[in-house]
Amino acid sequence: MDFKGFDKNIAIDQEEVLRPKMVTVEIAGKKYQVPEGITVIKALWYSGQEVIRGAGCLGGFCGACATYYRTKDDPKVRTCLACSTAVEDGMSFTMVSPFPARKATYQLSELKDPKQDLFNLYPEAPLCRNCNACTEACPQGIDVRDGVWKAVFGDFKGVSEMFMDCVMCGLCVPVCIADIAPNLVALYASRAQGAFFTEKPKRLHERIDEIAQGQYQSEWEKILNMDEQQLKDVCAAIK
Amino acid sequence: MQLQALQELVHKTRDARRNQTLPKYSPAERDTLIKKYHPDHRENAYRPLKFGPNAGDKTVRELAALLEGDSPVSAELDLMPTSSTDVLVVGGGGAGCAAALHAHAHGAQVLLATKLRLGDSNTVMAQGGIQIAITKEDSPVQHFLDTLKGGHMKNDHRLLKTMVEEGPTIAKWLLDLGVLFDRDPDGNLHVKKGGGSSKPRLLTCSDYTGLEIMRVLKDEVLNQKVQLLEFSAAVELLSDGDGACTGAILQDLDNKHYMVVAAKTVILATGGIGRLHIQGFPTSNHYGATGDALPMAYRLGAKLLQIDTFQYHPTGAVYPEQLVGALVTEGIRSEGGHLVNAKGERFVNELDTRDVVSSSIIRECEEGRGVRTVTGRLGVWLDTPLLDVESGLGTLEKHFPAMVRQFKRYGIDITKDPVLIYPTLHYQNGGVQIDVNGESGVRNLFVAGEASGGLHGRNRLMGNSLLDLMVFGKRAGTTAAERAKAMKHGKLTLEHLARFRAEARKHTGALAVHSPMLFPDYARKE
Repeated sequence: MDFKGFDKNIAIDQEEVLRPKMVTVEIAGKKYQVPEGITVIKALWYSGQEVIRGAGCLGGFCGACATYYRTKDDPKVRTCLACSTAVEDGMSFTMVSPFPARKATYQLSELKDPKQDLFNLYPEAPLCRNCNACTEACPQGIDVRDGVWKAVFGDFKGVSEMFMDCVMCGLCVPVCIADIAPNLVALYASRAQGAFFTEKPKRLHERIDEIAQGQYQSEWEKILNMDEQQLKDVCAAIK
Repeated sequence: MQLQALQELVHKTRDARRNQTLPKYSPAERDTLIKKYHPDHRENAYRPLKFGPNAGDKTVRELAALLEGDSPVSAELDLMPTSSTDVLVVGGGGAGCAAALHAHAHGAQVLLATKLRLGDSNTVMAQGGIQIAITKEDSPVQHFLDTLKGGHMKNDHRLLKTMVEEGPTIAKWLLDLGVLFDRDPDGNLHVKKGGGSSKPRLLTCSDYTGLEIMRVLKDEVLNQKVQLLEFSAAVELLSDGDGACTGAILQDLDNKHYMVVAAKTVILATGGIGRLHIQGFPTSNHYGATGDALPMAYRLGAKLLQIDTFQYHPTGAVYPEQLVGALVTEGIRSEGGHLVNAKGERFVNELDTRDVVSSSIIRECEEGRGVRTVTGRLGVWLDTPLLDVESGLGTLEKHFPAMVRQFKRYGIDITKDPVLIYPTLHYQNGGVQIDVNGESGVRNLFVAGEASGGLHGRNRLMGNSLLDLMVFGKRAGTTAAERAKAMKHGKLTLEHLARFRAEARKHTGALAVHSPMLFPDYARKE
């Protein structure tokens, strides 16, 4: 690209980023030098590793890259998504292998009493011992423990609102001392909320009927019988 | 100059800009702008294909190499099937899951293979919403016309009419599966206005629409016990030697072994090409977006459409470096966010179509009105704090929690400061030519979603991709399942490959690359 006439004053000066500073990180027990500030997943690539299990959307949405990490001299092991966390000097991390959580399978349309059915599908859900480890493990900052209790007490609406941010990384699962899979419980509650406890949108059903009854037929015929120029003119006139 | 000082100009000019209305460009102005600045018009980035169904058609060099590429599979491979199914779905994103669910519901035996995990896709990242004409003021016909205009009149009319008409039943299907769309106080579905649309038509789940839909579809695929093969990539298709597709060869990515799958029908739902980084662009796409369907279908003789046009989403992050290429949702502009150049001026109607907005951002940067970051990237400002100014404190936090979170991770508060953006490679406008049931030019080979072409013309409108996936995933799944019921498995051969290789030898001297690519090669070698 040609950037002639570019104003030199309009530039963000941060010399240290121009010449990346190298930092030492420990990846699954082995030390590597990587540029400071790159994401954890890029540090893995930089170290020469190919990542297939653990790379997904790379945008913080799919939950594939769940990672445990610890920063220098801090005993606390934290969780993050590798695609959206920057490395720093002295950081050690390892990606989390998929955890064998049990997902209950069900036919949504055949549920009779979804709030009660929760206890058949996930009998461990009410056994939460309030340790709060799930909440601490959530890289999305969801109050997971509260969500589990809301599900148990039938506040599916509350659950669905809290868990809209959930990327299903599953980091809440291995830490649970009651063997609950909070993300799966929440997903069940959210789906049930949508399918059973949310108003049917009237306007949508009217539109479905209108289309089925052929209400737009004459308009379609008019449009589809136009020649290219006529159609172009119609489109050009759209505001 | 420091970042803060430059941002200051955005803050200072905000009030003046609020009173300003920028007209949209006339059709003639749009054409001139796009021809001059849109990456689709950079001649030297393109070359004609030398052979195959699209011989002579131009496409970007990166894709041309893959289309003319060689299969990794040897002609001597033993084609004794390792498994057999009615319908083989390749790809585990929105289109793949929709296809698998509908095929399953129509009584077919379904095998879904995906090279990453079920649900790892671009679908999961879609923030803007799904376009469905449901309000009284709106109609499927209006949706059709808006899309046609956005696509520069090059959309396939039949595909487009099918999509807009089936939108409302798709919304119902998703609601029945438990998808939680945003509502109005009266219980109706809330609609937002998207770029290039004349009416508010976007159904949303805050700015997590794709995530919410993907979470539910993935869960439903598991509930229906659809047979799954994760970390298994399709690398070649099989044919009966008589022009029909009869299965595929998958590669287990853990042990590299090939699996031969005999299938009565195959549905390719492998998504787009962002990770080819065409023309060196960063991308908003997921790790596996390497366009696998295109070379496989091409070798089998399927014609591709509009493979010379790609969508560069106007607002990809350019700062901080960790977020380069990541998408800043169009929702910000839908809700009134301004694009501002280094002089503190607006330069385009922010709700114009994506190609127009992208072209105008590139124009600003090339003409010296861009802001340069330390890593040498150029961009313009997206005035995010304006939304809180216009609609009250907390607006961003409430409507764009994903974006607030994304930047907060790097110490940037988008409710207080604007963000730097530049177009990012976002979508493959074209793809494999299909009919209204998703069937390609090759019998029993279906293609759904971004891998297919024709529906969006030369520019896709925001919110039409999610609908595309659901409508054509459904139609491909349904048709493939019904077809499979009435037929037997075909012969399994690689005859098409022998023909393709013979033709390749005539045209290319050098050894071709292997395709599909499967993954970008990011691991450092030295």
